[in-house]
Amino acid sequence: MKNTELLTIRSGDTGMPYEWSIGKYGSRFFREIREHQRFLGIRCPGCGKVRVPPRRLCGPCFRELDELVELSDTGIITAFSVVNYPFIDPDTGLQRPIPYTYGYIRIDGSDNIFSHIINETDESRIKVGMKVRAVFRKPEEMEGNIRDIRYFEIIR
Amino acid sequence: MEKAAIVGIGQTKYERRKSGEIYYDLVYEVTTRAMEDAGYTLDDIGDVITVSNDFWDGRTISCMAVQEAAGAHDKNVSTVEGDGTLGALYGLMRVLGGSGTTLIVAHSKGSEGDPRVITNAMFDPVYHRSLGLDAVSSSALQASAYMSRYGVTEEQCALVSVKNHKNAKNNPFAQLPMDITVADVMKSRKIADPLKLLDCSPVSDGAAAIIIADEKHARKARKKPVWIKGAAHCADAYFLGDRNLAEAASLREAAKKAYAMAGIGNPAKEIDVAELYDAFGYMELMWLEGLGFCDPGGGAGMTESGKTAMGGPIPVNPSGGVLSAHAVLAAGLARIAEAVLQLRGEAGSRQVDGARTSLAHGINGPCGQSHCVWVLGKD
Ligand SMILES: [Zn+2]
Repeated sequence: MKNTELLTIRSGDTGMPYEWSIGKYGSRFFREIREHQRFLGIRCPGCGKVRVPPRRLCGPCFRELDELVELSDTGIITAFSVVNYPFIDPDTGLQRPIPYTYGYIRIDGSDNIFSHIINETDESRIKVGMKVRAVFRKPEEMEGNIRDIRYFEIIR
Repeated sequence: MEKAAIVGIGQTKYERRKSGEIYYDLVYEVTTRAMEDAGYTLDDIGDVITVSNDFWDGRTISCMAVQEAAGAHDKNVSTVEGDGTLGALYGLMRVLGGSGTTLIVAHSKGSEGDPRVITNAMFDPVYHRSLGLDAVSSSALQASAYMSRYGVTEEQCALVSVKNHKNAKNNPFAQLPMDITVADVMKSRKIADPLKLLDCSPVSDGAAAIIIADEKHARKARKKPVWIKGAAHCADAYFLGDRNLAEAASLREAAKKAYAMAGIGNPAKEIDVAELYDAFGYMELMWLEGLGFCDPGGGAGMTESGKTAMGGPIPVNPSGGVLSAHAVLAAGLARIAEAVLQLRGEAGSRQVDGARTSLAHGINGPCGQSHCVWVLGKD
């Protein structure tokens, strides 16, 4: 140690573990994927909007919601980004292979945007407005979390 | 100070693990309860303050995930950490600043994270974290300092747990209503000497909300307003070693300021009921002293004589206190909600007869680094 050195301290790799509740509608959303390989939204009786994933309230209307809406497994790309830096999935500790494409997808029949991965990393082959379909894990391998959706593939 | 009042309150039941509900559900539940209680709709709410903490929630900028459940869509919403008393203080400032009405909502799910890891992380990473200091072990140090300074015994500290768990039997929101004896506390598992299991509060899931209004808006509320007579917050040093752990110096300062605002000269006589942040039994004794209900070192004697029991001259924690339900980020706001119920005469079987002036108290930081004192009045 030099006598002018200013020191730092490292935190080490220990994490802060959590066990978050998913709640009533989140649990329904993942069960629907496991049982029927499709998405579930919820309609607000006030403004008529269907949002996915389903949630308890419409924020703007401040109304409690209960009208679940079965949606398909398809949607439209509204924005995307091919990501070139590494990302460690905090749930699994595994690094996603780079590059990967992050997609902003309007599920058919819904009024908001759902976020997931698109399995196309060649920017010249992907455009806003393209139709995509969800590819799920095999039902027997599903765990009730966001990774039960493997990715969305472009319908060409 | 211009007149301001608490016009609505809401609490969830406090439980060890609310596995089916997410933060959002808890926030929505108490928001709607507080609005119903006030007879307000969302149009009557000027702005919103949420109380959350990123480490407890396990989410960066945790407040943003609950704002819509707090009815804050398109409203001016911001957040304070702490136990809810500080959020309420900020809410009071908002009202005094012209918001008309401010909703304050606090949520906490201690069951979802690891309280030891989270409270260890409140300490300095260079000097203290590696030693294992957390909420419990630092409080054990404070208990030791306090007890040896004033010759307080473990049995005397145990009296607080016995009293408060018994009081909790009258509170439908409490997590741990219990009939226990001093002997039960003494023989409970050693956690960190001198603290034993029954000296310690649980970590709970739950939420609380209050609505503060200026005089004009308070008159429109469904129930009689509970007026805010005084409110003050003071903080001590961060490093435990820079404080005299045996004294609650910042509580004395905060109490002095709140009493001056409220025109209270003799708190022991003029306060009818108090809800204090008793995270550990010894804390209630220290806070009695810091609040000037008795002389320094007099907390144990005051408790032994029954003065703080139901039926005594100044019942402390009729709700069962934090020892009986400790939703960390909401437990201070719960103290205010309980102090309101007492002045409305709505406290059910935990009601203190004829209460006209109540006190609510919250803390923030290890070992009560800062204290927030509220004096509420019926008139
Ligand atoms: Zn709506």
